Amino acid sequence: MAELSIVEAINDAFHVELERDPSVMVIGEDVGRAGGVFRATAGLRDRFGPDRCFDTPLAEAGILGSAVGLCMAGWRPVCEMQYDAFSYPCLDQLITHVGRYRWRTGGKMSFPLVVRMPYGGGVRAPELHDDSPETYYVHTPGVKVAVPSTPGDAKGLLAAAIRDPDPVVVLEPKLHYRTLKGDVPEGEHVVPLGRARLARDGTDVTLVAYGSMVPVCEAAADALDGVSVEVLDIRTLKPLDEEALLASAAKTGRVVIVQEAPRTCGFAAELAAILAEKAILELRGPVIRVTGYDVPYPYWQIEDAYMPSVERVTAAVRRLLDF
Amino acid sequence: MAQVLPAERDLRRVIGDADGAGDREVDGLGEQELLELYRSMVLLRTYDERSVVYHRQGRIGTYAIFWNHEAMQAGAFHALEDEDWIFPSYRESAIGLLRGMPPATVLSWWRGHPAGWWNPEDYRVASICVPIATHVPHAAGLAWGKKLKGETACAVVFFGDGATSEGAFHEGANFAAVTGAPLVLFCNNNHWAISTPLEAQTRAETLADKAVGYGMPGLRVDGTDVLACYEATREAVARARTGGGPTFIEAVSYRTAPHATADDPRAYIDLARVEEEKKRECVGRFEGYLRRAGILHDDLAASIRSEAADAVRAGIADAEAEPPADVELLFAHAYADPPVSFGSDLDELRRTLG
Repeated sequence: MAELSIVEAINDAFHVELERDPSVMVIGEDVGRAGGVFRATAGLRDRFGPDRCFDTPLAEAGILGSAVGLCMAGWRPVCEMQYDAFSYPCLDQLITHVGRYRWRTGGKMSFPLVVRMPYGGGVRAPELHDDSPETYYVHTPGVKVAVPSTPGDAKGLLAAAIRDPDPVVVLEPKLHYRTLKGDVPEGEHVVPLGRARLARDGTDVTLVAYGSMVPVCEAAADALDGVSVEVLDIRTLKPLDEEALLASAAKTGRVVIVQEAPRTCGFAAELAAILAEKAILELRGPVIRVTGYDVPYPYWQIEDAYMPSVERVTAAVRRLLDF
Repeated sequence: MAQVLPAERDLRRVIGDADGAGDREVDGLGEQELLELYRSMVLLRTYDERSVVYHRQGRIGTYAIFWNHEAMQAGAFHALEDEDWIFPSYRESAIGLLRGMPPATVLSWWRGHPAGWWNPEDYRVASICVPIATHVPHAAGLAWGKKLKGETACAVVFFGDGATSEGAFHEGANFAAVTGAPLVLFCNNNHWAISTPLEAQTRAETLADKAVGYGMPGLRVDGTDVLACYEATREAVARARTGGGPTFIEAVSYRTAPHATADDPRAYIDLARVEEEKKRECVGRFEGYLRRAGILHDDLAASIRSEAADAVRAGIADAEAEPPADVELLFAHAYADPPVSFGSDLDELRRTLG
């Protein structure tokens, strides 16, 4: 075990996976010479050569589009999108081809590519460096989506994504890239896609979250004196660990879902719908969402007011307990 | 740095009937090769004409017609080796036939039946790209990826004049140039993107001019001259295979048929020009060349046509004999490793279907 930050854990995963499988390659803007603007790919170009950690032209649709062709040639490309909101040009390729190509070949051809990006706000950055775009990705058939919240999961889920036969999008909480440290197994470490993580055991209420909202939920749990709070880190949005969600809802009977993205049609709505369909008789009160607002992500001087806070989460829990 | 050649502005021609010049010969093309080219063109023409009929008979769905585009498709195809990859747009939907794909497969695709799925690796023919130009980066990526693996295969990607306005074309062409990908960007400039004429698509004097901006050679050929298309593609492939990177070929033709069976071009097209262009359609032009060379005669032409007609007739029979697709295919191939919810969705669907 080594104590690493999230971005160090991602870098570690790359070094292990590129060493393990010579068909894995990294492509993206500034991933090679600079080692990525967050240094997630540091050292790869020197160690594995410029072909396996390739600085692309500034073209997100071209990155993902050429990754489709690289898969056809037998590569397993890992595409870095420099920031969440800069990934939008690649949605064209993701929706029209990446999620459909395997199906289009009757399952004969696999597209084992990864799209990974730093996501989320709270970093005092200019506009469009702060988005939480997971819904666009989760809504696209044919792709899987993972959002780690800890260094160990950042390494393990990225390794799982790289080894997966299907396209996987990994959103990494950039707010905690360097501030959150944790134990990370050395060498090969794979966290299977599709399994939630019970971040905290409790009996009165379940807080459901993923990525950068998990630490918010943990802080809210600490702040809720006298309440036994369970925190469920969903970790993989698709495929979803429905069993873990339903088990926790059945255990506590109260669920608050916390999501940084805007509210309408966000992933919290999907989780709430599943609970409505499958857990209604287990629930002692309404499923409550604490989310970002349905507005463009704000300029950073007022971004704290947008972000779901410990106070908003604890207030939601109190409201649910009083129901 | 790749050497930037000036765009070849004059259309390259081999068949001598268009400008009064005589017929040329193409090095390395003997009688057998010329007849193979002709067979390919006739197969494509027959497939296309029959598909329009099948559509009118309700046997296939909406169909993108490629009448008078056969020279570009067959010409480029015959310049490739078996290992080389082809990335078709919907206009080249049947190009796989030239690699031995059964006509029933392509007809099934147009029938909206999953039997129209194919494994691209079986034919080195990518899936038909329906959106415009988004397959250009795929072709660039494949060609680049083959080169990185030390393999000799090249790729050719087909797209139309309208596609050159798309961002995906730009990103794909630029990627290919930067990576030195062994790729031929084959632009079928038939002057129309449904109803939008070329002059509303670009202010560039020629589409081949765009190649200069990517640092790759660009050239223009007569798109209804199959031998010119062949020769230009062969040169581009040779350059690609020896490390010279991508080439942009603008093959100039004129769309003489509707964009697709759902389109009525009388609302926008120059009908007099269409009639003129039909007189010099590409299969007839090549037939004239072969007859002048003493290679083709009536009996041989008739037998080649009937061979093609038999193949397409058998193809539609096979496509129509496909059993209805089971609803299991809704879920079967979206993921290698499908989510568990697919199982319960399918169970529920089967229950409601009874």
